[in-house]
Amino acid sequence: MLLPQVLRPNAGGAGRLTVDMADGATMGALLDALARDHPGLDRRIRDEQGGLRRYVNFYVDGEECRRLAGSDTELKDGTEVQIIPSVAGG
Amino acid sequence: MAVLLAIGTRKGLWLATSNEDRTTWELSAPHHAMSEVYAVAVDTRGSVPRVLAGVSSLHWGPSVCTSDDFGKTWQEPEQAPLAFPEDTEASLERVWQLVPGVEPEVVYAGVEPTALFKSSDGGRSFEFVRGLWDHPHRPEWEPGGGGKALHTVLPHPSDARRAVVAMSTGGVYQTEDGGDSWRPSNLGIVADFLPGDRPEFGQCVHKVARNPAQPDHLYLQNHGGVYRSTDGAANWESIADGLPADFGFPMVTHPHRPGVIYNFPLSADVNRFPPDGRCRVYRSEDGGDSWAALTDGLPQQGFFSSVLRDAMCADDADPAGVYFGSRTGEVFASNDEGDHWRPVVSHLPDVLCVRAAVI
Repeated sequence: MLLPQVLRPNAGGAGRLTVDMADGATMGALLDALARDHPGLDRRIRDEQGGLRRYVNFYVDGEECRRLAGSDTELKDGTEVQIIPSVAGG
Repeated sequence: MAVLLAIGTRKGLWLATSNEDRTTWELSAPHHAMSEVYAVAVDTRGSVPRVLAGVSSLHWGPSVCTSDDFGKTWQEPEQAPLAFPEDTEASLERVWQLVPGVEPEVVYAGVEPTALFKSSDGGRSFEFVRGLWDHPHRPEWEPGGGGKALHTVLPHPSDARRAVVAMSTGGVYQTEDGGDSWRPSNLGIVADFLPGDRPEFGQCVHKVARNPAQPDHLYLQNHGGVYRSTDGAANWESIADGLPADFGFPMVTHPHRPGVIYNFPLSADVNRFPPDGRCRVYRSEDGGDSWAALTDGLPQQGFFSSVLRDAMCADDADPAGVYFGSRTGEVFASNDEGDHWRPVVSHLPDVLCVRAAVI
């Protein structure tokens, strides 16, 4: 998983996190796994019910997950998830 | 006697510190830049003042941060300080109100969607007040223009079991058992956006203020209508006579003079400008029986901004300071209870809330 600069303090300074997941794991399961080690990161990208924050995009191998199956998007071996804040504000 | 004035805006929080006579102000750089700050509190009960801020980032969501060193550093726990329990299927949208309670370290948070949280550790973490969430009226509380929010929390100053809250929409509710049970307290308040007679609940109450010296005396700015209660919110009577309009958002009580209240009228729901384009604070010194316009130092032509529900406050000094901020980023201060006003700052983002305390 690749993190934008602004979120790295919530992941111990890391810009890239590697997570071992079982075959067929979903992006939601990946985020659940990350949440156990980095709750401060999780609450910035998901709400307390596990919903993806509206203005945070999650690119799964280059495709925004909402165009796939959202949190249920299945991950493959070596999948790269990149988190990028979307355009928002005024 | 220096005062800390906390100014929450659409794009961050500014902290202003006054000189001894509250005539000049030194402003900080923005804290929590680019986050909305709908709620701020200056809690002076501890050994050092604590600033609490309800911040909402469009990207990263809402949170509560605290600072014990006037914003030099901020504390925010890894775990979300406020979170709805899983069974509610609700998610925190925004913190609208942060208010110290009666007991040491107790802080209340009013939030969107309409709910109340209570902290027992000075605002670092909060527990969900389930009694209000489980109220049978809750499915009928509808969002007001600003959202579906509990925006007012008024703990009783001497009885920790009693509190009054207000929400838009929904109206006023109160508890006498520490939050386990709640009853509506809207008798006499209109809801002219609903058909029929005045309802038991459902009003779009904009703000309620409690007189700390007379806790059963409360004052209310409604979505059309200005009211007072002298019986602990059981009954409400109009005090709009003498005001140029009965619409507006803030209502502020003097910190220690009973019956002294402040209001900022707007022309009407469909015309949300100060009447005649004049920036006027209205003060009553007799509990709303009569009102006087306070204008000295305020722009008296071409002022078409407005003042939001939490964007007016008083400090705890004697004589009291009174403060307000506009949606066009101007903040004014009076160091003599509203008689004269001076600008604190201009050109900030929309001012959402102000709070002030002697430090």
